[in-house]
Amino acid sequence: MKPVPRIKLKVNGQEYQVEVPADITLLELLREYLSLTGTKEGCGKGECGACTVLMDGQAVNSCLVPAAKAEGSEVLTIEGLASPDGRLHPLQEAFISEGAVQCGFCTPGMIMSAKALLDQNPHPTREEIKVALSGNLCRCTGYAKIITAVEKAAAMIAGEGRG
Amino acid sequence: MAYTVVGKSINRVDAVAKVTGQAKYTGDFIERDMLVGKILRSPYAHAIVKNIDVSKARALPGVEAVLTYADVPKIKFATAGHPYALDPKHRDKEDRTILTSKARFVGDAIAAVVATDELTAAEALKLIEVEYEVLEPLLTPEAAMREGAPLIHDDCERNILSSYGYEIGAIEEAFQEADYIFEDELETSIVQHCQLENHVSCAYVDSDGRIVIVTSTQIPHIVRRIVGQALGIPWGRVRVIKPCVGGGFGSKQDVCLEPLTALMTLAVGGRPVRLELSREECMIDTRTRHAIKYKIKTGVSKDGKLIGMHIAAISNTGAYASHGHSIAMAGGTKFRILYPMKALKYEPLTVYTNLPVAGAMRGYGSPQITFAVESHLENIARKLGIDPIEFRKKNLVNVGYVDPLNGNTVRSCGIRECIEKGKELIKWDEKKARYKNQAGTKRRGLGMACFSYASGTHPVGLEMAGARIVLNQDGSVQLQIGATEIGQGSDTVFAQMVAEVLGIPVDMVHVISTQDTDITPFDTGAYASRQTYITGMAVAKAALEVKEKILDFVWGMTDIPAHALDIKEQNIVYKHSGEVVMPLAEVALHTYYDTVFARPITSDTSNNARINAFVFGVTFAEVEVDLKTGKIEVLEIYNVHDSGKIINPQLAEGQVHGGVGMGIGYALAEQMLFDEKTGKPLNNNLLDYKMPTIMDIPDIGVAFVETFEPTSPFGCKALGEPPTIPVAPAIRNAVLDATGVAFNRLPMNPQRVFEKFKEAGLI
Amino acid sequence: MYNIKEYYEAATLEEATELLAANPNLTIIAGGTDVLIKMHHGQIEKAELLSIRKIKSLQGIRKLEDGTIIIGPLTTFTQVVNDPVIKDNIPVLAEAALSMGGPQIRNVATIGGNICNGATSADSASTLFALNARLKLQSKLGERVVPIQEFYLGPGKVDLKAGEILTEIIVAPGDYQGYGGHYIKFSMRKVMDIATLGVAVICKIKERNIFADVRIGLGVAGPTPLRCREAEAFAKGKTISRETIAEIGKLAVKSTKARTSWRASKEYREHLVEELTQRALKAAIVKAGGEEIA
Repeated sequence: MKPVPRIKLKVNGQEYQVEVPADITLLELLREYLSLTGTKEGCGKGECGACTVLMDGQAVNSCLVPAAKAEGSEVLTIEGLASPDGRLHPLQEAFISEGAVQCGFCTPGMIMSAKALLDQNPHPTREEIKVALSGNLCRCTGYAKIITAVEKAAAMIAGEGRG
Repeated sequence: MAYTVVGKSINRVDAVAKVTGQAKYTGDFIERDMLVGKILRSPYAHAIVKNIDVSKARALPGVEAVLTYADVPKIKFATAGHPYALDPKHRDKEDRTILTSKARFVGDAIAAVVATDELTAAEALKLIEVEYEVLEPLLTPEAAMREGAPLIHDDCERNILSSYGYEIGAIEEAFQEADYIFEDELETSIVQHCQLENHVSCAYVDSDGRIVIVTSTQIPHIVRRIVGQALGIPWGRVRVIKPCVGGGFGSKQDVCLEPLTALMTLAVGGRPVRLELSREECMIDTRTRHAIKYKIKTGVSKDGKLIGMHIAAISNTGAYASHGHSIAMAGGTKFRILYPMKALKYEPLTVYTNLPVAGAMRGYGSPQITFAVESHLENIARKLGIDPIEFRKKNLVNVGYVDPLNGNTVRSCGIRECIEKGKELIKWDEKKARYKNQAGTKRRGLGMACFSYASGTHPVGLEMAGARIVLNQDGSVQLQIGATEIGQGSDTVFAQMVAEVLGIPVDMVHVISTQDTDITPFDTGAYASRQTYITGMAVAKAALEVKEKILDFVWGMTDIPAHALDIKEQNIVYKHSGEVVMPLAEVALHTYYDTVFARPITSDTSNNARINAFVFGVTFAEVEVDLKTGKIEVLEIYNVHDSGKIINPQLAEGQVHGGVGMGIGYALAEQMLFDEKTGKPLNNNLLDYKMPTIMDIPDIGVAFVETFEPTSPFGCKALGEPPTIPVAPAIRNAVLDATGVAFNRLPMNPQRVFEKFKEAGLI
Repeated sequence: MYNIKEYYEAATLEEATELLAANPNLTIIAGGTDVLIKMHHGQIEKAELLSIRKIKSLQGIRKLEDGTIIIGPLTTFTQVVNDPVIKDNIPVLAEAALSMGGPQIRNVATIGGNICNGATSADSASTLFALNARLKLQSKLGERVVPIQEFYLGPGKVDLKAGEILTEIIVAPGDYQGYGGHYIKFSMRKVMDIATLGVAVICKIKERNIFADVRIGLGVAGPTPLRCREAEAFAKGKTISRETIAEIGKLAVKSTKARTSWRASKEYREHLVEELTQRALKAAIVKAGGEEIA
């Protein structure tokens, strides 16, 4: 294990400089070094989407990102979604009110994929929502209420004039 | 009955934690000096360890302990998550040790290491040298039952774990009486739960020398007992903590990791150890759903009445018993209430093979037998030229029917209404007419299937549930239950029940979601769709006790007799007029601080439910079949359930959505595959195992027929597992309708459909 | 946690080729979605990784004045899907790129990595085969250009010599201008899956209903992606009709070397080749300006 001479990155708006071994992933960096355990691991190789975070605005599987690759990047995790005053993001509110959460293990990844979608396409169709979430597996919900929640969040954002 | 909170779609009590990433799952308990455990797995399906040398692994820097079968207690134990049976004859089959010297499937745990980090642990596994004597792998029940086949477990002749069945009436007489006899052979595949959170547990020894296990389980109190048994230590020395669980579907109604994790921490002087399976490991060394083959023979009268049915089943239980012996029986028991008939003979064989261990999975034997029976009935209706729905209706159960073997009684039954509702939702008659004369490559068809199921396990298993309520100073309460929230929403419906009884809003009910066997009351856990019905009884009982104590306390404060009082909207009111006597919060404060009469109000209740309630329902499906490629697309699908009174419609719908999704995968795509010669798993990952994605599931229609179950305090019945049960046969029957081809095997994936279409001359 | 021994990051192509020349054990990593999965399965151990993702000259898609399209190997699948040059000129490649994995994978995985991984199921490959794509490879010693058909040597094996880096994917104007194309990915799931069969067909039509040219690229119909030369030769100059298309479907099977695996039988794959080649061709005809054939 060769330590990388310090990785500098921004997570949820905060600058970090962490010394980590060369062999860890961004997922491990977040969970074990920054204690941001909201991001989950379901397969370790990009097949389930539970570890989805936004890296420079794009949804990525953090289990397939070597920590070293995150150098200089800006990462957003589920913990960084609510406003600093604790006000939930419309996606979070909609996931709650639409009953899109069951066991909750896929939820952070689902919400982050949905965030990436709404950032780029504020008025998606149901089909576009499905495509955007197609890299995230869920076994509890049959996906139905998740799709509805994203639709609702889009409407909430449009209503609030929030981007 | 008019409820204020029960029956409303209130938000989940754990939703905020889960959408903000604050919810803590087992893997989120990270301690600084936590060690990592890893398992050495057999590359052979059937082999004896002749020799094992761990010296090199032990010498590797960073390795803290290496364990083999020689280091584990010589105690055979059972892993199935059932309540302990005082009667030794009713105990689960004790057929395994924590690590084994005889591999019984590819992936069986031979040795284990504990190291400072994952890579060191992985490196250490490679340094363990094992010499195997390879035995013939027995990969099908037929091979395993063959005369002279090697025994997987020494005490089971022909590798048959169990052959317990039943006969109601006289089957041969019934066949003689029948006007027609029909026979079919049907089979299902091995599938996997695929809950998003893999199996994981952490353990350490606390300052009192007790083993503390944090684990992702559906059954914390059972885990405590089984770890105690497996390690041969007093059960009280084990403390089990269940935090948030990322889905289970039955695979965590079994004790897979905890005894080994406990042993690992003991091997390193009590330091914390985490044992977390990778997805690949989770798919082979936790549990699967039994593949079952059925031979069914049925006698029918001229007027379409079922006279008698003989079902022979062979269930592939894999390498260890787990729940195998009881699943064949449970499936054969819960389906039979739906169509009572003169004679029913059920002959299951549960057989060991050298494949991963089959155990509990959503529906517990019912999806298999329902696929078989509902497909068989469809075939019969077609051959008789009777409308398949009319055929079923002629034979359905009525309220008042008593199961002749276990005495369970049908006290509420909405199956007929479910069928009518489903027909209407899918526009059955209109589409049937429209699809009569189709041509072209793509053909559409409609199908349906019914099911019956139970609410819990009575009278086979103990149905014990505990609830504890504490009234706080502000009039809010804590609710503790031994029942486990694993995603299905039980914590939320319990909160609704308490709020309903106590006349307070749901947010004044603080549910302690973590189960801790040191603290939480005893409950056997999340399985058999039992919690809302069974634990609900205990919760209602505890809440009523608190209410009674509150009103008694007010009586003491005011001299208004308790029976004249009620609690509404956080106020003590006159029952007859609703006039407010005083706020609940004021009473609560007095229960704590009145210098003379203070006596904080709590209740600590258990309920042993010696009762059961039958649930019913139906799936209606419309499919489009591509005759050239063999692709089947589900266009529309509706599940209609009689689960009694629905406590939380939104959560209930969510259960149905998920169950239907799982059923669609079961029907069309999912199967665990193994090399036919070696038994090596071929697709134990989420890419090659075809669990449906968001694009593979159509919109799912859900409706409820809300009967009122008189044995439940709120009229509710089971819902968790049932939505999965009738989906596959409904889709199969729709494919038959579309193509005229009768599939008898799951899944109906394109390769299989192609083969069958070739056989039928369609390609 | 991956078994990574060293992680190097090259800023320029020169630096990368230097590092490669100096250390033959280096494994090139671009998006990482294939390399890291191989590491997850223990196929690569104690890896010494050379990251090339920051090399600017390997990024982006451009169209030269003569119409030649140059795709930088570091272009991600998401970029391929959204790129105006691709959308306007070879939309069939965007279709193929969109069929790959899910959004998270497409955001990271690169088209160059997809090719160099050498899988017959590579979602970009059958289309690039149909487009006669050529690959520019560079090492410290110089550069060479090879047709993509010659680059694929066997399952997981490509003609990438020690020290070489894929630097350009080139599509010549004559290979796409005037063509219409269609890609069908046949898989068990609609997304997040490996193709059971990938069929890319491009065609050019003359005199309203004559095939000027038809090119068929197949994935998973053999150990490498392949072209259906016999079917293509038959098609040239034929009048477009259901019968011609049916014959093309039949002939396409002749070029395949499908095998039976647990994923699908040889017989089924061949059946799919015949059927889906026709379906893809029919769709391509419409996109090439021809009339719809039922």
